[in-house]
Amino acid sequence: MRIKNHPILDFEEKERVKFYWEGEELWGYEGEPIASALHAAGIKVLHESIKRSHPRGFFCAIGNCSSCLVIVDGVPNVRACTEKLRAGMRVEMQKGVGPALSSKE
Amino acid sequence: MENDFLSTGIPSLEQIEAIVPSKARREKGPFVVIECFQEIPCDPCYHSCRFGAICEFATINDIPKVDWDKCTGCGICVAACPGLAIFVVDETFSDTECLVALPYEFLPLPEKGEKVSLLSRSGAELATGEVHRVVPGRKPAGTTVVWVRAPKELSMEVRNIRLTGRGGANRE
Amino acid sequence: MTLLKTTELAIIGAGPAGICAALEAASYGVEVTLIDRGDMPGGQLVKQTHKFFGWHEKSAGTRGVVIARDLAQRARKDPNVQFMGSTEALGYYKDDGTLLLETPYGIEGVKPKRLLVATGASEKMLLFPGNDLPGVYGAGAVQTLMNVHGVRPGQSVLMIGSGNIGLIVSYQLAQAGVHVEALVEALPQIGGYAVHASKIRRLGIPILTKHSIKEAYGERCVEGAVIWEIDDRWQGIPGSERDLKVDVICLATGLSPLCEFLWQAGAEMTYIPALGGFVPVYDENMQTTLSGVYVAGDVASIEEASTAMAEGYLAGVAIAHSLGKISDVDFEAKRKGYLKELEQLRAGPTSKKIVEGLAVLRDETGKRVSV
Repeated sequence: MRIKNHPILDFEEKERVKFYWEGEELWGYEGEPIASALHAAGIKVLHESIKRSHPRGFFCAIGNCSSCLVIVDGVPNVRACTEKLRAGMRVEMQKGVGPALSSKE
Repeated sequence: MENDFLSTGIPSLEQIEAIVPSKARREKGPFVVIECFQEIPCDPCYHSCRFGAICEFATINDIPKVDWDKCTGCGICVAACPGLAIFVVDETFSDTECLVALPYEFLPLPEKGEKVSLLSRSGAELATGEVHRVVPGRKPAGTTVVWVRAPKELSMEVRNIRLTGRGGANRE
Repeated sequence: MTLLKTTELAIIGAGPAGICAALEAASYGVEVTLIDRGDMPGGQLVKQTHKFFGWHEKSAGTRGVVIARDLAQRARKDPNVQFMGSTEALGYYKDDGTLLLETPYGIEGVKPKRLLVATGASEKMLLFPGNDLPGVYGAGAVQTLMNVHGVRPGQSVLMIGSGNIGLIVSYQLAQAGVHVEALVEALPQIGGYAVHASKIRRLGIPILTKHSIKEAYGERCVEGAVIWEIDDRWQGIPGSERDLKVDVICLATGLSPLCEFLWQAGAEMTYIPALGGFVPVYDENMQTTLSGVYVAGDVASIEEASTAMAEGYLAGVAIAHSLGKISDVDFEAKRKGYLKELEQLRAGPTSKKIVEGLAVLRDETGKRVSV
């Protein structure tokens, strides 16, 4: 899913870091949005809706729409499209409104 | 019909005929074909021509007009046009073939001598041709100009290429 | 909360409009705080790989990404401009003139003498069954993913909307090696510039006018879409359905100004569809009904980067003048120059709708804003 050669753009080499999605080990680039790292790994479903548990992914990718809310290191309602990936981050799918209180590990 | 162009993106025969020079001029050497038919605010083509072959704009929305006596068919404007709407055609290349210069912004870049598919304005395959010359654009600003050999009768049809065997415009 | 600091001009949004306003005002000695929720200035320009139109002297023929880089550099180097990145503007409280910001270090308050809102616009949503499935993305989102982060959105795309954004993003998808199955447009004509349409037609991408999406389907994400022809009353024609195996449905059906901030601040708003929906009421100097609060760019009317930049320069010089940094005579000359530029950019047939919308706004402004 990652673009290696682009006719117009050069993509900066960034540091590869390990992170966790639903307990599974994945690799991404330091500083890229979580949604981008997940998407590159083939993960499109980030969230389940409140009433009917519909699968949701990102939509606007810029922080406007709140479609991509995930739980990061125990903190709910994090926008996956704006939150930057850091090494060792534990990301989980948020189902519905998420936990009332964050449970920082 | 102009209306068709605005719903398909493909100009009519009449629109094309209106932007090409006389038969006599076409037999003299390469010439530019500016497929820009809509008034939009844009003027880099006029500024890019070193020979003054594109007439000065009265207003920013003018449709470019060409002075055929001054056009040398050098192809600089092909790379300059933001809409990638300019081509150069040389019907004097040989008895059976013409050259078409077209803007190309995909990878991989074709190489001289490579056989490619010649595509029409609607992306349909017309024939195969050989790449004659590639003038690379400098990343990120430049647009590569590819000069391709095509059957002469298709000089007003061939407007894109697809690399065969190496993937194409829609693949890396 | 830290002590309130003051600034002469606070600009919310460091896209083309915001940066140009900052540079213009700073050139007259105005002290500018340029704020953006992203970590870098540039706005939507950072994703635009295509070459811009407009005047040769004003960045025409230059790629959006290069314009973004140049503008951002100029803003960062300008001693009168302080850039605050990763900072979200939360609200403006007009009674005491406080602008509330959320910075990476916490909530901060600022008291600006003048405020410019240049927050741009966001994608409109389209209603169809399955529109909330992962894989339905805004066109801007696809651009961000591809051109900023280097990630392909999927394998096969259905593009909805033939305005400039739909046409350009289809081309950018092809450049990124992604297959575009089709572009559908509800109207009988292509909405964007014909040259953009010609570019994608010669790639073999079909443009289906008078077509729309009936539904998207898939178990956990988009697996396909059904498109159909629509009649003169926007109704789908049964029997004309076509099933497309796509995994991405890209919405490019128009933009709406991101003007929540202005609603909260208490600026008068008005609904003008030709300008993009709800827009602020503003005068010829880009000032809203809130004294000292200005707007520029897509938040004022959905147009192009070239008009956003011109409006930014106009707002910048108007603000400098209101702060007494430029003489009346010099201001008048500059103002006329920028207004003329905007007029010329909007003179072609493709800007007809905008011009009509602005005329409606001028009528309203004449009644409500005291200049």
